[in-house]
Amino acid sequence: MSLLSLIKEISPQLLEGTLVTLQLTGFAISLGFVIGMFLALGRLYGRGPVRKFCIGYIEFFRGTPLLVQLFIVYYGLPRYGIKVPSIVAALLGLGLNSAAYQAEYFRGAIQSIDEGQMMAARALGMKKLQAILNILIPQALRIVIPSWSNELIYTLKYSSVAYIIGAPELMAQAKFIAAENFRYFEVFLVVAFIYLVIVSLLSWILRIIENRVRIPGLQTS
Amino acid sequence: MTSIFPLLRGTITTLELTILLLAIGLAIGIFLALGQVYGPLPVVAVINIYERFFRSIPALVLLFLFFFGSSYFGLSLSPFLSAVLALGFRSSAYQSQIFRGAIQSIDEGQMMAARALGMKGFQAIKCIILPQAIRLAIPPWSNEYSSVLKDTSLAYAVGVVELVREGRYIIVRTFEPMLVYITIALVYFVLTYAGNKLLAFLEKKLAVPGYELKLKEAKSTKYER
Repeated sequence: MSLLSLIKEISPQLLEGTLVTLQLTGFAISLGFVIGMFLALGRLYGRGPVRKFCIGYIEFFRGTPLLVQLFIVYYGLPRYGIKVPSIVAALLGLGLNSAAYQAEYFRGAIQSIDEGQMMAARALGMKKLQAILNILIPQALRIVIPSWSNELIYTLKYSSVAYIIGAPELMAQAKFIAAENFRYFEVFLVVAFIYLVIVSLLSWILRIIENRVRIPGLQTS
Repeated sequence: MTSIFPLLRGTITTLELTILLLAIGLAIGIFLALGQVYGPLPVVAVINIYERFFRSIPALVLLFLFFFGSSYFGLSLSPFLSAVLALGFRSSAYQSQIFRGAIQSIDEGQMMAARALGMKGFQAIKCIILPQAIRLAIPPWSNEYSSVLKDTSLAYAVGVVELVREGRYIIVRTFEPMLVYITIALVYFVLTYAGNKLLAFLEKKLAVPGYELKLKEAKSTKYER
């Protein structure tokens, strides 16, 4: 069987896997966005224990491999009565992991905004929380776009690790197909190509967005 | 208690993998960076494709490509060796970016001055540019150390008996997944922390007082993960 007819034969199944990969990435990055934002704010403005917790969380998730985190969620938690299907465990693991990285990007972006902005907002009578929500975060979100784009692409690539705990994403489908026709190398070659295309497309789109939302003259570094 | 020994053995394998990967990545990465900065256009183009390939494809897919590819082409590499090659080449693509950034941050006048003093281009790179660039590259390189260390855990998937795999064997025996995985996580955490501390110490030790260099675009965050 030639490579071309092989591709034709396996593409529906791989497409299915690709969709799961994209969904997994989308949900995980969103979960990471929400938690990451809270972690960043907690680390910057939180008091004592809150700050300590945020730092601990970020350091733990950044200092240990995603695979081990997934194993803890999928194999470790059932002992304590929390049993979730593999796709949910993958989503949780990836999301919690990405949150730690996103938190650091957000923190960097917020810190890069001039202190005068906060002072001016307070002088205009805003509460600290108001100032953070209305003045700092809108600016920080613009600044964070390049590094956040990187994080999105990383999450997409690392979602492949979810296959090890049995989530039915692209890698899992590929392994499944290859176990049937024994053409491991060709199948993974196709998978590699799919990732290559998605990553290239995604970074192209993100670069366009980055240019669109840029405010000329307001490039804080 | 009997679980300590396998974990220790796994940790050693993980460290071996990490050191091998970083060494391969360093050796190839520096050459790629030099090629990108000083090479002719076709060389730059080829290196760009190499980088794009190894940076866009997930580590896990690369591992499988090398592992199954080697038997496809009749080489039959061991899981350990195919992991070393796949992740080593991958690291070289990331490290070349780090070194390119560092080399480009060195003032152009340095090269000109070296050439004016009669040095050959190669001599100037070896004796003037690289010693400065490597100092600059230490902080982002420390990020690369952490991510390479963590990514060695993926070698589990092709059957390398490293830390996570040893942990799996212990769990089959003891049925204590939480305890074992938390312990493994702590081992990785300590290794990451210790390595980063060591590199920060190295950075301080190698710094030339009064001659602080700066990376051009301060995008150290770009190398995270």
